Amino acid sequence: MTLSAPSSTRATARPLTDEEVARIRNDFPILETRVNGHPLNYLDSGATSQNPVSVMEAEQEFYEQRNAAVHRGAHTLAFGATETFEAARATVAAFIGARTDEVVWTSNATEAINLVAYSLSNASLGLGGEAAKRFRLGAGDEIVVTEMEHHANLIPWQQLALRTGATLRFIPVQDDGTLDLAAAGTVIGARTRLLAFTHASNVVGTINPVAELVALARTVGALVLLDACQSVPHLPVDVAALDVDFAVFSGHKMLGPTGIGVLYGKTELLAGLPPFLTGGSMITTVDMHTAEFLAPPQRFEAGTQRISQAIALAAAVDYLTETGMERIMAREAELGNRLLVGLGDIPGVRVLGPGLGVERIGLASFDLVGVHAHDVGQYLDEAGIAVRVGHHCAQPLHRRLGVTASTRASTYLYTTTDEVDQFLATLREVAPFFGVRS
Amino acid sequence: MTSTALQQLYQQIILDHAKSRHGASAGELPPLPIVPASAVPAFNELRLAESHQVNTTCGDDVTVRVGVRGAGDDAVIEEFAWRGDGCSISMASASVLHDTVRGVSVGQARAMLDTYREMLRSRGTIEPDEEILGDAAAFSGVSRYPARVKCAMLAWVAFEAAVMPVAG
Ligand SMILES: Cc1ncc(COP(=O)(O)O)c(C=O)c1O
Repeated sequence: MTLSAPSSTRATARPLTDEEVARIRNDFPILETRVNGHPLNYLDSGATSQNPVSVMEAEQEFYEQRNAAVHRGAHTLAFGATETFEAARATVAAFIGARTDEVVWTSNATEAINLVAYSLSNASLGLGGEAAKRFRLGAGDEIVVTEMEHHANLIPWQQLALRTGATLRFIPVQDDGTLDLAAAGTVIGARTRLLAFTHASNVVGTINPVAELVALARTVGALVLLDACQSVPHLPVDVAALDVDFAVFSGHKMLGPTGIGVLYGKTELLAGLPPFLTGGSMITTVDMHTAEFLAPPQRFEAGTQRISQAIALAAAVDYLTETGMERIMAREAELGNRLLVGLGDIPGVRVLGPGLGVERIGLASFDLVGVHAHDVGQYLDEAGIAVRVGHHCAQPLHRRLGVTASTRASTYLYTTTDEVDQFLATLREVAPFFGVRS
Repeated sequence: MTSTALQQLYQQIILDHAKSRHGASAGELPPLPIVPASAVPAFNELRLAESHQVNTTCGDDVTVRVGVRGAGDDAVIEEFAWRGDGCSISMASASVLHDTVRGVSVGQARAMLDTYREMLRSRGTIEPDEEILGDAAAFSGVSRYPARVKCAMLAWVAFEAAVMPVAG
């Protein structure tokens, strides 16, 4: 097994420069906001990112000039809306190296994961006939996740296990916050039917070895679902090259609006998978007792779709593409290192996960000994600095790393080095303020 | 850069209590004695009760255990123990609560609770009544931070949930 080749090519990309970032910031009106008398220092893009003007304009333009139901009407406006909607799908598909009909719209990544879980569940009940037989789960079958998953990529599988009688197992996390790949080799076995794991961790920021994990799944014939929520926004992702079966991500974390997410699924898999939500717009012929379903992706898109959101997401993808994902990734690696070095310099700070020298996205979570994360966040907020505090929807990982809560600073393409430095300087004041000596 | 707003929120009393945590048990509280549901408590027997509360937004948790003697508003809170894990506001409020309600009557405690809750929900519009609240008045700054009101209420809610059923 070898490490995936792209990491070497990524490292050579020229990071966005401070001047370029300054220009990028002009496209994000919210970055002008003042909070508690200070300029907003937004270090919470890992939770949700900000939108450039072009994204907001795409949504507005749709409502001003094109708004109509898609795939339903025959009038000119409806036809135009459908075309724009489908063009958005093609844009997003190209961005991740997928075929257009391999992209299914959902509300967010969470819904995308639930779609797969419920479709497998439906297959397990016998729905979908012969073509869905390969998706049936039952007692003796195993679903494998990791100990570092976001709750979105854990609870739907717990529930699927409960519905089908399958067993949920997990790949443990090591003390340094990375996956225990040796253990993965034993956890993934002949009974494994599905492996679901995150590409980049929303807590420790590391990028998991997709190639190794996919290879393990392939040897036992298991399906692979990749949670790409923290990778697609921050680094070039090619789902076909990664050879995963399913991948999910949310638009709001990649400069897009809320309410839109993506399920990628390989053509031949989507073709056999029974639907999750059913109703209008996903059928061909209907009588009082039966219905025939459309081919994917429509089969999985019941009801009136998130049209303006999909179109706005395509505008976000255009923005990212023009900026260059390699350059964004290189910039974030720089900011991530700056965070790590700076955090390492502050007495009492314990960074969760591995230190320097590990490929990562531009975020870091940490524990400030003696000061609760909520108090850290409150102090920073007073200085206009927005960070995430709490368990970041990853309670098992926090428990594994010996903390109940942490503080996370996460950067994006509009984050300046000055913002990282202001955050670090302010953080330095926190322990003294709370009377904690380290 | 410490702002006065922050100092208003984190008054020295709060920072001190967050560290010293009066009445806090280091480990888990010992298990409650098991009393059969059918048992009728003897008059003036000390009755123990506890409540565990979690702040779902951050995972902070507090368990409050009380020992109450007597009935109704005249019953006295003779014992108060707690354990918890959380931010300085939630830990300090549990510590102050311990000092505030130990030895007082249920009626008095109820009045304090009402005053405290009203102060916290006021968004900074109500001056704290130190007469009634004592050190708990130090939490008045929290009322300007709606996101933190739950932190300041956590132990008080646990206390209320523990006391009310036994005090009747
Ligand atoms: C790694 C990861 N997976 C899943 C999610 C869930 O995303 P959403 O809430 O947009 O469905 C998030 C975002 O919080 C995430 O960071």
